[in-house]
Amino acid sequence: MAGNTSGKTAVGTWIGFALIMLWCLFPVAWIISLSFKSEGETAAGSAQFLPKEPTFDNYKAIIDNPDFTRALINSFGISLIATLLSVIFATLAAYAIARLEFKGKRLVLSLALAIAMFPVVALVGPLFDMWTTFGLFNTWPGLVIPYMSFTLPLAIWTLSAFFREIPWEMEQAAQVDGATSWQAFRKVIVPLAAPGVFTAAILTFFFAWNEFVLAISLTSTTSSRTVPAQMSFFVGPDPFNPPYAQLATASVIVTLPVIVIVLLFQRKIVAGLTSGAVKG
Amino acid sequence: MSTAVAPETEKSGKDHRKGSKPVVSDRTSAENRLGLKLVAPAVVLMLLVTAYPMLQALYLSLFRYRLTAPDDRAFVGVDNYLTILSDDQFWLSTGTTVLIMVVTVAVELVIGFAFAMVMHRIVFARGLMRTSILIPYGIITVVSAFAWQFAFSLNNGFVNAWFSWLPWIAEDTNWFGDYWHAMFAIMVSEIWKTTPFMALLLLAGLAQVSEDMLEAAKVDGATWWQRLTKVILPNMRAAIMVAVLFRALDAYRIFDNIFVMTKGAEGTQSISFLTYRQVIEQMQLGLGSAMSVLLFLSVLLLAWLIVKLFRVDLAQARGEG
Repeated sequence: MAGNTSGKTAVGTWIGFALIMLWCLFPVAWIISLSFKSEGETAAGSAQFLPKEPTFDNYKAIIDNPDFTRALINSFGISLIATLLSVIFATLAAYAIARLEFKGKRLVLSLALAIAMFPVVALVGPLFDMWTTFGLFNTWPGLVIPYMSFTLPLAIWTLSAFFREIPWEMEQAAQVDGATSWQAFRKVIVPLAAPGVFTAAILTFFFAWNEFVLAISLTSTTSSRTVPAQMSFFVGPDPFNPPYAQLATASVIVTLPVIVIVLLFQRKIVAGLTSGAVKG
Repeated sequence: MSTAVAPETEKSGKDHRKGSKPVVSDRTSAENRLGLKLVAPAVVLMLLVTAYPMLQALYLSLFRYRLTAPDDRAFVGVDNYLTILSDDQFWLSTGTTVLIMVVTVAVELVIGFAFAMVMHRIVFARGLMRTSILIPYGIITVVSAFAWQFAFSLNNGFVNAWFSWLPWIAEDTNWFGDYWHAMFAIMVSEIWKTTPFMALLLLAGLAQVSEDMLEAAKVDGATWWQRLTKVILPNMRAAIMVAVLFRALDAYRIFDNIFVMTKGAEGTQSISFLTYRQVIEQMQLGLGSAMSVLLFLSVLLLAWLIVKLFRVDLAQARGEG
């Protein structure tokens, strides 16, 4: 009888596995398929899943579209700068939270939590006003600064959970063994802390890459518009026919970095996502 | 809210700086200063972009102020709030937002739990599965919205063609032509993208349920359902509540999907969308600021309600308690 139940569980697990794969990958397959449909096919209406005559025209059109390539550069630039700076500040703060006793520690963690839950839209009005006054409207720093602020909570939370697990005594042990403070830090602590820092960086990058509300509110031209914002304003040549295939193509291109990062670092991302929520 | 969720800093394990209270040693005060110095840049950055603008919004919300007519600015007290609170649009969008939040979080919780169970049990292809489940998580919300908008599209979508055998779907069902159909499409895109996050949080909670306890329940003759409701769920309560809190507050801010899929047509505008419209499209800074303040307060209220109702303890969930 025991064999029977475990057999049933195995079948159930298999079905579950197939369903999860379908859930995760089917919509991705759909936009990929759509990106290979010709403009004529979508204009005439094509309800079938696969393209009738697959074509690369959309990819050529999108890559030749200066607005899109510019948005891609903006997205990469803004996301990378915000990630780098946010992780540096978060590392300092997380080190203090994990290692030191100081007044206001609870306050910092509560503040981070409150900001993680903050309704971003509530800020667009005042930020719009402030940024136009300071000349930050429609610039890279105009997006980098709020992205840093909104990713700091996640980064601090993740990093402090990681740092708490580091056996800091090893630093002293290395010093006892004759290493200088700097050597002990570089040879012992950095390798232990690096995975956490890296994970925080990935999560921060995802946030900035995905952000939409501020991207459409605090920009007005392609000089600083990121891909999600650019895509939402892309109407194509014929206003009555949304450029389905080209938008799908842009979707595929902007999803590629995400897939690459996920393929390379899935283990770290899962560890980072759950570290803040469940035991660190 | 902050007091309810703030992690306890008093840890019994901190031996070397316990002692009797009033004596503040040099070492303690030095550590105090260093700690403050290290967190200062992050705190300043977080406050610069949230607290200061929020205070400004609070101030502006008391004025009649439209960017297109800056000279017409005048102090009106709480008039803006009264205007909003007596407006049907505001309550309709609040209703829509709450509906989206409740339905998506409930569906995600069930599907996410099923996913977590599968991922917990599975012995093969763990890496492949983790990779796949992170794709919807990592994908841009706007892309998810486009993918589903096209899937539900009248001329170019496969949904109508594939599911027209269902009694309520026809070849020519216009998914963006009325409230309920459009809401369904919006919720599908939201649920698709965020279920993986829920599943991963629940998986981490599931990993903390002791196998011994499950085995013991099995030996005692507990059925599958009893093991689920009496052993597994109570033991991962903290993880479930944290997942619900995070997702509910996130769903309450829904904006991207609606902007892309319907632009708020057919009454599908969320509270975030309505605020955006007031501020950015109509340049109503006074009225928009009042809406921002109300939105902020409603998120605080929601967080407080969830924390109180479910007695969420983030500190405990993190194992700091």
